[in-house]
Order: sequence, then C-alpha cells, then structure tokens
Amino acid sequence: MTALLASRGRSGLRDATRAEWTKFRTVRGWRVALALAAGLLVLFSYLQAHGKHTGYCTTPSPTSCVGGHPYVPDGAGGGAVADAYELASRSLAGDGTITARITSFSGRIWAGPSNEAPSLAHTRPGLAAWSKAGLMVTSSTRQGAAYAAVMATGAHGVRFQYDYTHDAPGLAGAVSPVAARWLRLTRTGDTITGYDSSDGTTWHRIGSARLVGLPSTVRVGLFTTSPNTYGGQATRATAAFDHIALRPSGDGPSAGAAATWRATSTGIGPRDFYTALGRGGERRHGETILVTGSGDIALAVADAGPDTASDSLLFGLVVAMIVLIVVAAMFATSEYRRGLILTTLAATPRRGRVLAAKAVVIGACGFAVGAVASAVAVPFAEHVMRANGNYIYPAGPLTVMRVIAGCGLLVALSAVAVLGLGTILRRSPVAILAGVVVFILPAFTGPGVLGGPGGGGSAVRWLYTVTPAAGFSVLGLLPRSPLVSFPYTMGNGYYPLPPWAGLLVLCAYVGTALAAAMMVLRRRDA
Amino acid sequence: MSDTTIEVDGLYKRFGHTLALDGVSFTVAAGTVTGFVGPNGAGKSTTMRIILGLDSADRGTALVGGRPYAGLTHPMRQVGSLLDAAALQPSRSGRNHLLWIARSQRLPASRVDEVAALVGLGGAARRKAGGYSLGMRQRLGIAAAMLGDPPVLIMDEPFNGMDPEGIIWMRAFLRELAAEGRAVLVSSHLLSELPGVADHVVVIGRGRVLADGPLPDLITGGESLEDVYLRLTASAVEYRSSAEPETGR
Repeated sequence: MTALLASRGRSGLRDATRAEWTKFRTVRGWRVALALAAGLLVLFSYLQAHGKHTGYCTTPSPTSCVGGHPYVPDGAGGGAVADAYELASRSLAGDGTITARITSFSGRIWAGPSNEAPSLAHTRPGLAAWSKAGLMVTSSTRQGAAYAAVMATGAHGVRFQYDYTHDAPGLAGAVSPVAARWLRLTRTGDTITGYDSSDGTTWHRIGSARLVGLPSTVRVGLFTTSPNTYGGQATRATAAFDHIALRPSGDGPSAGAAATWRATSTGIGPRDFYTALGRGGERRHGETILVTGSGDIALAVADAGPDTASDSLLFGLVVAMIVLIVVAAMFATSEYRRGLILTTLAATPRRGRVLAAKAVVIGACGFAVGAVASAVAVPFAEHVMRANGNYIYPAGPLTVMRVIAGCGLLVALSAVAVLGLGTILRRSPVAILAGVVVFILPAFTGPGVLGGPGGGGSAVRWLYTVTPAAGFSVLGLLPRSPLVSFPYTMGNGYYPLPPWAGLLVLCAYVGTALAAAMMVLRRRDA
Repeated sequence: MSDTTIEVDGLYKRFGHTLALDGVSFTVAAGTVTGFVGPNGAGKSTTMRIILGLDSADRGTALVGGRPYAGLTHPMRQVGSLLDAAALQPSRSGRNHLLWIARSQRLPASRVDEVAALVGLGGAARRKAGGYSLGMRQRLGIAAAMLGDPPVLIMDEPFNGMDPEGIIWMRAFLRELAAEGRAVLVSSHLLSELPGVADHVVVIGRGRVLADGPLPDLITGGESLEDVYLRLTASAVEYRSSAEPETGR
C-alpha cells in the first residue's frame, strides 16, 4: 500500500514535470534566453582569455624579455612542482646507505623592496620555516624527478619526504652545534628508508618510500634549498655536513668528504619560475662540506603565478546566472501575471508537486546551460590562454569535470532559488532584484571591492564562507600544501571553502527559499 | 451519490472584513445544467474556486463525485473547469496551452486535437493565444475543460464575450453535455442567458443562496426574467442606483 502510494506520488510528479516542461519549451523567449545565456558564457570566457598575456624578463639589464611563461616542472605525483635546490652528489649503483651529520643550518632572507628582484645586497639573517638541508636519493637532477630525502628544516624539525607531497616527521627542534642531527638514507631495491639520530649511535626510522621504477643507478648526496617566506621574501640557506659516508651494499669502498662530489644547481636558471636568492654552491673545510642553496622542493602553489582552467569562466558564468535568474523569475511569476496559476493548480492540486516540477524543469535547464557552455568554454579558453603565453595550472580530467558540473550547478541552484522567490513575491521585477542581490552581488563585492589582492582579508573570507557566493568555491583549482608556507587567500586565487562545502552553503540558501515558497504556495488562496 | 455530482455544504469564507460566503449549500445533479446566478460580487466565483480547491473555505465542504477536488489524482478527468478564459500565456499557442494541460493529466496529444476540433478552434489553435478574441479564448477554455472528458463541468461566465453565433453554439453545447449525463454548473450574472439551457437555477446574493429550484418554478405570475432576478437579488445587492425600481421592498 505504501509502495503503491509512493509510486503514485512519483508518477504524479512526473506528470507535473512533463506539464511544466511543455509550458517552458512552448515559450519562444525562454528558449532563446537559454541559448543566449550559454552563448554569453562562452563569449565572455573567450574575451577574458583573449585579454590575458604573459611574458617575462630573463635579465634585468640589459633587459631581455620574451613572451610566454617561465618553466614550471611537472612532479612525480602529477602536479606542478617547485624543484630548485643545490646538490653535492655521487652516483650509486644498486643498493646502499648514505649517512651524514648536520652541525649547523643558517641562512639569509631578502630584506629589500618586494617589487625588486631579490639579491644578496639587502638581506637579514634567518631561515624560512621550510628551509631544507639533508640527504637525497633521486633518479636524476632533472626537475620533477622522483626522489626521497631526509632533512633538517628551519622550523619543522627533521622530516622524511618524497615525491613533493609526502611527509613524515622525525626529531623536533632546530639544528645547532649543540644539537647536531645525524641523518641516514638507505636504498633497498625500490624502497628508500629515512632515519635520524641525535648521537650517531641510536637510530630512529622515520619513514620509507617506494619509488616505483627507480633506475638501478641513482644520484645520492647532500642537498640544501630554502623557499620564499610566508611574506614572499626569497631566502638562501647554508648547511654544514660532516661524518659523511656513502656505502654501497656489498664490498664496495665507502666514500667520505674527501671523495669527489659533483655540485649541481637545479631549477634556478633564468627561465625557471621559482625565485631564488643568489646562487648555490659547495665549499669544503677538511671533513666538512658546506652546501648553500635556494629554492624549494615541494608542490607549486599559486607562487608559480598560474592561471587556471576556470579563471576565464567567472564573468561569463555570472552573466549566464543573471539570464537564468530572469527566466526563472518569469517562469514563476507569469503564472500570476496572467492568472494561469488557476489552471495550473486545478490541473495539479498538490501544490508542492507544482513547485517541485517547476524546480526540476528550471534546474535542469540551468544545469544544461552552465555545464554545456562551460564544457565548451574551458578547453577553448585554455587554448587561447596557452597561445597567449600563459601558464595554465595542470588539472586532471576529474577536476575539470568537477568545474564543469559546478558551473551547471551554480546556474541551476540560483535559478531554482529565484523560482522560489518569484513564487513568494509573484512579481518578476522584485524577484529578479532579490535574486541578483542575494545570489550575484556577494560575488561582485569580492576581492576587487573590499580590498586589493590579498587584502580585504576577513571580509572576503566571510563573504565566500557564509553568503551564497560560497558556491563559487566549485571553481577553485589551485592546490594547497601543508609543506608550503603561503598565504592561501582569495587574493591569491584560493577560496576559503573546499569546492563541495561551498556548494552546500549555496544549497542551504536555495533550500530555504524553496521551503518558504512551498509553505506560502500551500497556505495562500490561488 | 454518483460520481457525477457536485455537493456544496455550508461554505463560509471571509476576506478581511467582508463575509464573501455565508453558508452556501446546493447540489448539482448528473444530467442537468445548473445555472448559478447572482450579481457581481455575490460569491459565485469564490464558490467555484473553493469547489476546485483553489481557495480554502473557512467552514463547510465542497465535494465532487463524493470527494474533495484536491484529493483527485488526475482531477481534470473528473472535473473540467473554466474560470478565467483570459488566463493564458500570450506567446504560447492555443494548441500548446492544451498540450501542457494534457501532459499534467497524462492524456495523449491526440486528445488535444480532438478537443480543439470539438470547440471549433480549428487552425487558430496553432496561433499565439495573445492574438485571440475573447470568444476564441472562451472556446479554448472550453476545450481545456473537455480535455479529460470529465463527468462534471464547472464554468464561470462562459457566455462572456461571445458573439450571437457563439452564444447559440454554447447553449447547444451545454445541453449536449447534460444529455450525455454530465453534471454542469454554469455561472452567469444574467438570468436571461439561461432559459433553454439551465434545468435548474441557484440564485446567490451577498454570499447566501436566495433561491434554488427548477427555472420554471422561479417565474411566478407574468414576471419577465429581469423582474424575477431583481426581486430575488434586491436585498443582496450592495448598491443600486435609486433611479432603478426597488422591487421587492
């Protein structure tokens, strides 16, 4: 019996939905508006992309500038990475172990104006929180190569890290002559294991990594690198290594400080994107090797200066949303303007069903417009931006599909909400105004109005967290990394909420509007 | 009671300070055309809207075939209605207007063409409804009411805006519906429209039923229809020019 009633309820909704769809598609103006919304989304995406050009200068004086973007390597994990460091290395055939002690770790931080290329002319002493010095096993010194490393850091103690994103903590505390850190890396087949020790006798295993497809001969050595601070100043660090021993497994001879270590500077050339402070290098003092380096080995966040596939979508998307808001308001209020609501409710006396059917129809239309248009606009705009020399942050097919579906949902949800407002208010100008104020305006009072890039901080965060503008979070494409100290702000292209959480905030508003409309429609005389 | 009835029992409805319905009760039987007559503002439309579940009554019940309208699954297969012929989306064609209603009642599109032909809409069905004359709108409204081939029909002022030819057609059409055994409720503010159409008349004024019976029974002596009407509604009209005769005082 219950099942019978439920199926009757569903088929009732189906009949009402078919009726509302017939109503919608038989008004030519509404069909034209849908096509217009999709066309405008694609057009504005193209214009946005077309207006974006990138060039960069490789030498300050004489100036030598070229179109295009600096090189951003793809890391072993599949994302864009920073891979800039100084390495003193030897080749290791087969398995083996490298051990060394770090007795000091210090550095310099650029203290000049932020609009000037950093140099060693104006610096103050200090390390970045994620300055790194330690032992590394890598397939090659090519940028983006697979690696595993155990290291001392500026403020995060000893860490074992591999392939840019993986991290495990070892001994806490900073390195100093009285708190020297012993580090060890062991290669066994594809597995690299990291250890640390405070005395060279008692060793703790921190973690291990399987680097699939690691060649039998690898580079093994001592590295130093030092990233930009949270405030964006370039840094450089120097670490002192002693008790150096590289032992191949089996009966090969052990190599110490006196052996030949090849010095390699990776990722700090003029065409590399990461801003380094000065040049790296190695010096020897007896049994000690000093390695100086600048850069980072981590995920590239927005500091790669990227555009994303969704950057050019925003304006066109908002325009499409406004068009659908107008259509949704008219879809609701035309019933009242002409008195058609009498026929509608006589045909479907279950009023909730009428509203649900209208919501399904306008929601489906909105989703189709947003998703289809952005599915065209994203690859198109990406192509145009690439041709203009811009770097597009790599995004996997699932991520791109999320953005496309997100565009569809943004258009659909705002249209459904305004359908509710139109049902409550019964007059389209008022409903359209309310819809634009609630669902569009917060997005336009974003970073541009409330403060410059990075500015407006808490107000912008608040807007994109608790207002319907939170829904735009589905467009967010830039990765965050706990291993990179960086202001992940709206100004730098980061939405405060994760994509689906932002969409849920928008859903709460839409649900409220729809529930209120349902209540009013049920209680009111037609 | 059979499926083919309308039973209105003790309806009260207040709009603000105005008592629109003050205990309205009547029955429409199968196979009859019942005229629902009264001056403007008497409560005819409100009663019809309550029967159709569009307005809620403060008290009383209105049943169609023994059930409240709002509980019917495909209500337009039970009750055809015409309330406001002008209630059309002007840019939608008459045929598409009928089509969405057909979809809501799960009726085939072929039924749309049948009813369009039935009311003589013909080729005009494919034109935008915004360009229709009032008479054509009435025919479209009748077509919509007939879509579900319903045993019960409710029509508010169907003669409005019809030319003489249309009025003759409408009378014959209503008679035919009753002859087929349907229950038909037709409102009018002109009693003179009803002879030859209505078997039965319910006269309403100021929200009360003033007379309820076969039309011939209401005409006493040598009164004209207008005299009968004025006599019945005299006390129920809110304002009438003093120049007019105040019959019945």
